[in-house]
Amino acid sequence: MPARTDVRRRLTLTLTGFGALTVIVMLLAPLVGSTSISLSRVFDRSIPFSDNVDAQVFFVARLPRVIAAALVGAGFALSGVVFQGLLRNPLASPDTLGVAAGATLGAMLALTAHADFTIFGIGVVPLTSFAGTIGALAIVMAIAFARRRGTSSTVLLLAGIAIGALLAAAGRFIQYFADVTDTFKTVQWLMGSLDVGSYAPIVASLVPFGIACAGFVTLPRVLDLISLGDAAAEARGVDVVRMERIALVSASLSTGAAVSLGGPVYFVGIIVPHIVRLIVGADHRLVLPASALFGASFLIVCDLIARTIVAPVEMPVGIITAIIGGPFFLWLLFRGR
Amino acid sequence: MLEARNVAFGYTRGSRILDDVSVSIAPGSVVGLIGPNGSGKTTLLRLLNGTLTPLAGRVSLDGAALSTMRRLEVAKRIAVVPQETQVTFDFTVLEIVLMGRYAHLGAFAIEGPDDVAIARKAMASTGTAPLESRQFATLSGGEKQRVVIASAIAQSSGILLLDEPTTALDIGYQFEIASLLSSLNRERKTTMVVSTHDLNLAAMLCSELVLLKAGRVLAVGPTKDVLTTGNIRRLYDVDADVVFHPRAGHLTVVPVARAD
Repeated sequence: MPARTDVRRRLTLTLTGFGALTVIVMLLAPLVGSTSISLSRVFDRSIPFSDNVDAQVFFVARLPRVIAAALVGAGFALSGVVFQGLLRNPLASPDTLGVAAGATLGAMLALTAHADFTIFGIGVVPLTSFAGTIGALAIVMAIAFARRRGTSSTVLLLAGIAIGALLAAAGRFIQYFADVTDTFKTVQWLMGSLDVGSYAPIVASLVPFGIACAGFVTLPRVLDLISLGDAAAEARGVDVVRMERIALVSASLSTGAAVSLGGPVYFVGIIVPHIVRLIVGADHRLVLPASALFGASFLIVCDLIARTIVAPVEMPVGIITAIIGGPFFLWLLFRGR
Repeated sequence: MLEARNVAFGYTRGSRILDDVSVSIAPGSVVGLIGPNGSGKTTLLRLLNGTLTPLAGRVSLDGAALSTMRRLEVAKRIAVVPQETQVTFDFTVLEIVLMGRYAHLGAFAIEGPDDVAIARKAMASTGTAPLESRQFATLSGGEKQRVVIASAIAQSSGILLLDEPTTALDIGYQFEIASLLSSLNRERKTTMVVSTHDLNLAAMLCSELVLLKAGRVLAVGPTKDVLTTGNIRRLYDVDADVVFHPRAGHLTVVPVARAD
């Protein structure tokens, strides 16, 4: 089977396929909505922008949302791949290490305190949920690093569960004393929304996403080797302790940025890597970029459905990801058996 | 020359798994590590490839301390075959073998045709070529072990450390692995350190033995000198006959009774 040997060829094929899917989805998604617009009018340079309603709807109302969906989908999918590989656990997801509870607590504090200000156009809830994510992971990593020279995946997992439970309890404590409106706002936030409103939050999220991506590009082969076990990876030349740190920091930043932009739609991060593995195999050099592209496309489509299916009412995107993703994954799993 | 000099190691404060152990592995030799469960064989192997750092003493490769070398440099010189290999995701056999090439790849870690050729040759020499596109997880214990050995061969390092490579295998596979290892040593001059509970395998394969008991070296020397009834009694509290077997062409050990 020569098809499985040439990584370069398979990589080109994978990137072309998933890349084309992402580009098509990104171009078509902004065309769909309550006002119908045409792609040719959107890019018609002869009409000034101030008079071109189609272009305004495309660039101002819909494109930011599509870009946000792409970033959030890619961010969760990438950190899902990295957590699954690093913890050698196919059930790991971006929220395995107590991140969900940290992000929720951060958002809840801001919502309950009625804090309402923006920094560089970023709302307070995205900021506090990002801080909550990074804070939770920092505590978990500090515990795991203090315990040993390196990190053991079991220690990391257990520390994550313990810290997650603690932060969730703190969240429930706040919620218990909050009034009903605030609690409802929190619940709404928990279901995720990609209605970012402008390009400012997107631009801001590019900083953590950018740093995370610089880490991710060093990881694919390392994750392949770590899936054989830490000792085996070390014997083949991987500096496991150093690479684990790079992996954890990158995945945390990516998770934090995604949560603050789109809310906790972690399901993308567990399901997309598995769907991609069923298509391209286990090699992380293919899985990592393919997951980013497929995660982006998947969340754009889910958000498209969320904002159109019961229009003018909007469904929370978190509900759609599970309704579409769950059965799709099961179909892939049982296909051909 | 791979050398451990007066090394000590313990996983927790106060307890020593290994104490004052010295071994030198000459190029081209096959050295057996034998000793009861918990005598420190696996720990010594991990010290010898630098994945553990000794609390005292030093491990050196051609004079350079292993602890100062980068993992990539060590991996180009020393490969390891662990007791057992579990894989989390569905990698194929060829993909597993190609992972041995990691230390030789460039920044983007993509193998070229040369790497695939080296991997295929390693699979041919371990009889795993027909398994190339099988999922690693679906193989039998013996097949897995031979694939992992192929992956270690593909690492193209002159030294191979094997931790009980035949423990999980039936006698057919045990024999196959043993002859594979001795042909590797003959044809490629691969230096080997093999930890094992199988004294007959040690007798067949190893030119030298290191006898470990409770973290200390009980005896070290050429196999024919140290594989004796007296040493086996001291090592395992077992009364055994050690006889030269003319058809096998090496010493054989027949355990007779628990020594009291």
